[in-house]
Amino acid sequence: MKLFEYEAKSIAQNLGINTPKGAIASTSEEARDIHKRIGGEAVIKAQVLVAGRGKAGGIKFASKPDETRDRANEILSMTIKGEKVKKVLVEQKASAKKELFASIVLDRANRCQTVLASDQGGIDIEDVARQTPEKVLRHRLDPVFGMRSYDARLIALKLGYEGIQQSTFSDFLSNLYRLSVIYDAELVESNPVIESKDGRFVAADLRVIVDDNSLFRHPEFQERSKEISGEVTALESKARDNGLAFVELDGDIGIIGNGAGLVMATLDLVKQYGGKPANFCDVGGGANAEHVATALQLIQGAEKVRAVFVNILAGITRCDEVAKGIVDVKKVMGLKKPLVIRMVGTNQEEGRRILKSAGLTAMDKMDEAARLAVSKVGA
Amino acid sequence: MGKQTRAIVQGITGNQGSFHTRLMLDYGTKIAAGVTPGKGGTTSVGVPVFDTVASALERTDANASIIFVPAPFAKEAGMEAIDAGLSPVVIITEMIPARDSMILIEYARTRGAAIIGPNTPGIITVGEAKLGIMPGDVFKPGRVGLASRSGTLTYEIAASLTHEGIGQSTCLGIGGDPFTGLNFVDVLKLFRDDPGTDTVVLIGEIGGSAEEDAAAYIRDTKYPKRVAAYVAGRAAPPGKRMGHAGAIITGTEGTADAKMKSLRDAGVLVAEVPSELPRLLLQQVSPLQ
Repeated sequence: MKLFEYEAKSIAQNLGINTPKGAIASTSEEARDIHKRIGGEAVIKAQVLVAGRGKAGGIKFASKPDETRDRANEILSMTIKGEKVKKVLVEQKASAKKELFASIVLDRANRCQTVLASDQGGIDIEDVARQTPEKVLRHRLDPVFGMRSYDARLIALKLGYEGIQQSTFSDFLSNLYRLSVIYDAELVESNPVIESKDGRFVAADLRVIVDDNSLFRHPEFQERSKEISGEVTALESKARDNGLAFVELDGDIGIIGNGAGLVMATLDLVKQYGGKPANFCDVGGGANAEHVATALQLIQGAEKVRAVFVNILAGITRCDEVAKGIVDVKKVMGLKKPLVIRMVGTNQEEGRRILKSAGLTAMDKMDEAARLAVSKVGA
Repeated sequence: MGKQTRAIVQGITGNQGSFHTRLMLDYGTKIAAGVTPGKGGTTSVGVPVFDTVASALERTDANASIIFVPAPFAKEAGMEAIDAGLSPVVIITEMIPARDSMILIEYARTRGAAIIGPNTPGIITVGEAKLGIMPGDVFKPGRVGLASRSGTLTYEIAASLTHEGIGQSTCLGIGGDPFTGLNFVDVLKLFRDDPGTDTVVLIGEIGGSAEEDAAAYIRDTKYPKRVAAYVAGRAAPPGKRMGHAGAIITGTEGTADAKMKSLRDAGVLVAEVPSELPRLLLQQVSPLQ
């Protein structure tokens, strides 16, 4: 779960991490008042979860409170990559001696947390990594003991800091690391970290992604995690509320399957035969009739869908349950789109009998079924 | 892993635990004991239940563990099995926090235990024993070793191999999570030394760099056995990215096409669709057969 910048900064402040003076506003008047309070030059930042808000015009500067009100007004009426801006963060523009980059990320390949740091902050760090890889420092942390004081000091040293600044930057890094542990963060990233003229390090921007699997020990995020964000379409959010793993795609063949790998392979096959999948939908292991019915209802109800392909390889899942789900939909609301079913595995005979009683058949081979599904929407 | 394996089932009294213990017993797996805290002294599907792994080992003889306990308790369940000297430890549980898995995997590494998973269908030595939740009847004894990042797709591909008369030696899921115990490279090493295996099939998917690492290992060690692979997710949209830093570390895009290319470049037979795998294996007879 991604945190909004203002949420990330609020938990950071509690851990002693410096952030620019500022506050969150939902209206342009609030934004103006905040600027009045903090003084100086202000930056107004759209609070969205999608990346690339800067390029989309979601970050603006203002020197007077009235100007801040107008800029906030513009930003609050924006939709950035499908996500409506509901709040802006108004902060004092920090004067920087230097801009750095610091990040702590779960490193799959090395099975540990890794610190990435650079003195080339404030710009696209991917570009820096590509063009001048030597400018991005990588430091692996022990999986059990994490960041020790000498890890942090070594990173500060390599970035060219000595004396008091070395200690100050080490402390900053240690606090970012503490944040990653306390909040089970997959990613803590500050770009830029500003080294101010008076020698403080300030997280001018802060991104935190909390591991979804750890939400059970973070009750403070549980309500927020249910909110619909701009990254999720209406159909996706409906499907996920019903316990389906669902991703909407641009094609016209609805896909339902069990197991992420099998569903991915199903999408691949449909594409291989010239079709375009409308979605990824995994009903999961051990899905019951209700799950399958919900998935089918949602998918056949989508306007863009012109055919539905159900691909089930039953292990823990049972064919009779899958068949019941499909037949229920047929009885209650009717099948609205051509339907191709491939269903094999546990309780296959019983499942096929149920389908047959409703005038439906299932195929054995996933290839043939995929080809047939593609032909249903054929040009 | 095979006839000599005697396993403890941690979380044996839960729905999944008891259901799959019965199926594992039916397949011929030796289950020495079950463990569920607070349920010691009872039995579940005919297996004696103990409160802790240590107390189970005082009364029974076991060398491996399979874990079904809920995610919040999985890390310590794994440590308990490792402390008792059990290996492999197969972790079926899904949705374990990544930090917990990271710590558990390091714990196992420093103590010389093998972890399979988490979020895995488990491991099956075909015709002998299974520690997992895979349907036993899609497999048939033979000489293909299979390792996968996915569950259902493993059954799909194993069934299609079986259908074409290609049997399997050992099949396992390395797990679908970002952090896994055994990875493809570890499994390739095990299959290299297994006289019962002469071909390895890898089933990968988008994300991470497990496939690229496997390709590099195969190329660099001039891997002596035939390897075939399928990578799921060519049609999938770029998944949720972990932000900039994740991509910088791996140095790869993690796409299916990139993975297929690096495997192909390493001399691996790469299938475009799952059903092509048996065809690829039948077309090219292994020099060892």
